[in-house]
Amino acid sequence: MIVVMVAAVAVLYGTGAYLLLQRNLSRIVIGLGLLAHGANLLLLLAGGRAGDAPLVGGDGGPYADPLPQALALTAIVITFGVSAYLLALAYRSWSLTRSDEVEDDVEDRRIAAMIEARATVEEREQDHDGEVAE
Amino acid sequence: MNPNLVLPLILPLGAAALSIGLGRWPLTRRWLVTLTLAGTIVSSVFLLIEVADGSVLVGHVGGVDYPIGITLVVDTFSAILLTISTIMLFAVFIFAAGSPKTDETRAFFHPVYLILAAGVSAAFLTGDLFNLFVAFEVTLTASYVLITFGGSRLQIRHGMTYVVISLLASTLFITGVGLVYAATGTVNMADLATKLPEIDPGLRSALGVMFLVVFGIKAAIFPLFFWLPDSYPVATSPVTAIFAGLLTKVGVYAIIRSHTLLFGESGPSTLLLAVAGLTMVTGVLGAITQNDVKRILSFHIVSQIGYMIFGLGLYSLAGLAATVFYIVHHIIVKTTLFLVGGLIEERTGTASLRHLGGLLHSSPLLAVLFLLPALSLAGIPPLSGFVAKLALIEAGFAIGSYLTVSVAIAVSALTLFSMTKIWSGVFWGKADEPSPNVADLEGKWPAFPRMMTGPTALLVALGIAFVVAAAPLYELGEIAAGGLIDPSTYISAVRAP
Repeated sequence: MIVVMVAAVAVLYGTGAYLLLQRNLSRIVIGLGLLAHGANLLLLLAGGRAGDAPLVGGDGGPYADPLPQALALTAIVITFGVSAYLLALAYRSWSLTRSDEVEDDVEDRRIAAMIEARATVEEREQDHDGEVAE
Repeated sequence: MNPNLVLPLILPLGAAALSIGLGRWPLTRRWLVTLTLAGTIVSSVFLLIEVADGSVLVGHVGGVDYPIGITLVVDTFSAILLTISTIMLFAVFIFAAGSPKTDETRAFFHPVYLILAAGVSAAFLTGDLFNLFVAFEVTLTASYVLITFGGSRLQIRHGMTYVVISLLASTLFITGVGLVYAATGTVNMADLATKLPEIDPGLRSALGVMFLVVFGIKAAIFPLFFWLPDSYPVATSPVTAIFAGLLTKVGVYAIIRSHTLLFGESGPSTLLLAVAGLTMVTGVLGAITQNDVKRILSFHIVSQIGYMIFGLGLYSLAGLAATVFYIVHHIIVKTTLFLVGGLIEERTGTASLRHLGGLLHSSPLLAVLFLLPALSLAGIPPLSGFVAKLALIEAGFAIGSYLTVSVAIAVSALTLFSMTKIWSGVFWGKADEPSPNVADLEGKWPAFPRMMTGPTALLVALGIAFVVAAAPLYELGEIAAGGLIDPSTYISAVRAP
C-alpha cells in the first residue's frame, strides 16, 4: 500500500512540475493543484503505516498519528482558497487579453530587441571590413 | 499566558472581520484600522521591553501542551522585528489613506491589509514550523490581493508571476514540513532543535538546503530573486513600500531562525557567504541598468538582502548582531524610499527617470526626504546605513572572510552610484522625454496631502533617531544575537511546563 502511495506522490509531483512549465495559465493552475495534492499525500505518508484506527473511539490499541492528518487538512483548506484566487486571476487575465498564454515580459522583449539591434550593427561592420579588405 | 503575546495576532484578525462588516462606512473602517495598528504597536513594544534582557516568553495556545499544541514564542530578535514591522504597517497605512491614487477606501483594502499585518506578526511569533507555513500563507494570500489591487493588465501579468512563484515555494515548504515530520516526528522548532542533530547528517543537510531554497525564494536571495524586481513595481506605491519593507524580511527572518535553531553548523558557512556575495553583486548590477525609480529600488532590495545573509553566514556574535541592526535599518530606509517614490509618482504619474527631471525646484521637501534615506542606504556616514555596514564589515574582518568583505565594500560604492543616478535623473536637470503631466513639473508644486508627507517625514526622522540611539540599539542587537547563537534559553523556555 505504501509503495502505491509513494508512486502516486511521485506521479503527482512529476506531472505538476511538467504542467507548471507550460505557457498556458490553465495548465499552470492545474499543475499547482497537482503539486499541492502530492504534498498532502506526502504529509499523510509522513504519519507512518496505513491501516491503524483513527484516534477517536479507539479501544486503546495502536492508532494512526493524528497530527499529519490535521496538517493535511489545514493545507487542503489553504490550497482551496489560493486556487480559487488563482482561477479568478487567470480569468481576469483572459478577459483582459483574450488569451490564455502568459504574455512576454516587457523587459525580456527590450533586451531581445537590444541584442538583435547589436547583431545587425555587427553584421554591417563585418560587411564593411570585408569591403575594405577587398 | 502574557496577553501581549497574542494581541499582535488577534487584534488585526478581529478587526479585519469587523471591517468587512463595516463595508458601507469607509471612514469608520479607516479609523478602525488606524487604532488596531496602533494597538499592535503598543503590545509589541510591551513585548520588546519584557524580552529586552534576552529572556524568552512562551505561550501555549488553547491549553494544549508542548510539543503538540500551537506554541507562540518571543525572543529578543523576534520582538525587535515585530516592533519595527508594526510601526511600518502603521506609517504606510496613514500614507495609503492620504494618497488619492491608492483609493484605499475601495473594495477590500482594509481587511486585506489587516490580514497582512496579522500574517507578518504570526510569522515572527510562531514557535513551530507548520504554523510558520500557515503564517506565510496568510501573509502571501493577502499580498496576492494587494499586488493585483488595481486589476490592470500589467498588474495581472506580473502579479501572476508573483503568485505562481510563491505558490511553488509554499508547496516546497509543506513538502519540507512533511519530510521533517517523517524524519523526526515533530514540527515544534524547539523540539526539532534537539531531535534534528540525532538524525542522519546527510538527511539533515538535505532538509536544510530544501528550507534554504524555500525561504530563499521568499527572501529573494541569489539565484532565486528573479520574481521580485518584476512584480513589486507594478503594485500601488504604499503596497510596494510595505512589501519592500516587510515581506522579504519575513523570509530573511525564517532563514536566520532555521539556520541558527535547526540546520546550522557552528562556524562560518561558506555556502551562505557565497550566496550573500552573489546576491549583493547581482542585485546592485541589476539596479544600475534600470531606468525607473521603483525598479532601481526593487533591485536594491535584492542587493541589501545579501548583506543580511552575509552577517548570518559569518555566524559570530558580532556578525549576527550586525545583521539584526542591518535588518532594522533596511526596513526603515527602504520603506521610506518607496514612499518617496510613491510621492513622485502621485504627482507626475510616472517613476521613469527619462520622464522626470528638475524636481528639486518643484518640491525641495521631496528632495530632502529622498536624499537622507538614499545616502543612508549607500552607507554614507553618519547615517544608519554606515553604522550597519561598518558593524558587518568589522565582523567580517574578525572572521577573516576578506573576499565577501571586499565585495560588500565595492557593492556599497555601486549603491551610491545608482542613488546618484536617481538623484540626477529625478531632482536635477530637465526631463529627456517629458511626461504627459509635464506642466506639473514646471514651477512650484502645491503641497502634498499632509497624510502622505507626514508618515514619510516621520520615517526619515526615525531613520535619523536610529543613528542617534545606535549604541544602545546595537547592544540590543547583541542580546538578540546572543539568543540566536546559543538557543538553549529558547529551547528550555519552550520546554518548561
